[in-house]
Amino acid sequence: MSIIEKLNKDFESRVRLGIMSVLVVNGWVDFLEMKEHLGVTDGNLASHIAALETKKYIEVKKEFVGKKTKTSYKITRNGKDAFVQHINALGRLLK
Amino acid sequence: MNDPKDDLQHIRQMMERSSRFISLNGLSGVAAGTIALIGAAIAYWLFQQHNIDYFSGSRYTYNAALEWKLILLAAVVLVLAVGSGILFTIQKSKRNGLKIWTSTTRLLLTHLLTPLIAGGLFCMALFYHGLFGLIAPATLLFYGLALINAAKYTFSDIQYLGYCETFLGIVAAFIPGYGLVFWALGFGVLHIIYGLLMYKKYK
Repeated sequence: MSIIEKLNKDFESRVRLGIMSVLVVNGWVDFLEMKEHLGVTDGNLASHIAALETKKYIEVKKEFVGKKTKTSYKITRNGKDAFVQHINALGRLLK
Repeated sequence: MNDPKDDLQHIRQMMERSSRFISLNGLSGVAAGTIALIGAAIAYWLFQQHNIDYFSGSRYTYNAALEWKLILLAAVVLVLAVGSGILFTIQKSKRNGLKIWTSTTRLLLTHLLTPLIAGGLFCMALFYHGLFGLIAPATLLFYGLALINAAKYTFSDIQYLGYCETFLGIVAAFIPGYGLVFWALGFGVLHIIYGLLMYKKYK
């Protein structure tokens, strides 16, 4: 059971896996771009992002572009470590 | 629980999709290469029209009329080749439901265009100094370096095309007087071969 324990429950959903995958290979990614990469609805994406933010896996930046706000996301050190650990655990399960 | 294999595949796919421009179409290469070859053939025909035997090895001073025709031809070939390349690539991205203008595209273009623009300006300097024989080698060389530089933002295979173009450019620099032949090889033949390989691999 020790292997299963290393799998991170926070990354169980496909959407969260997607968010983390995109952020781990990119710098700041804004909401619209993220939505396009993942092909999910606004509400769905927003709730998963909020969950990851609460866990401090990602940081959020809000800025004004003209009159609209643009929200961008970036992976934190913490989030990167947790995600790498999760990937390693997945890899170990395959053996 | 999800199958870990599926999860890992999903992760890899999302990483690829978000960091590389994967809509580049092999057919773009084939089209650009074909146009380049036709352009080279027209150039050869233009030389003949002006009673110049391109392969005689002797040097001619080109008259202004021929010079302008060649420059015009080069410009038309460039526009058609780049245009058809963009067209096929847009087609592929539509078919796969991917957006064309993303931050990855911008990264790809800046990494591609920086060496290309520097090379273009350098070729203008060669032209200005009358060093016409070095223009064809320089275009191949800078184009090759541009491809190598941009390869990490699209299919990494494109770096091999880059190495081939760079190598060809260096060889061409040591064998003056065959610019047209090296151009046809580099921009024509290599593009067609690469395009067909990519089309088969990433269809």
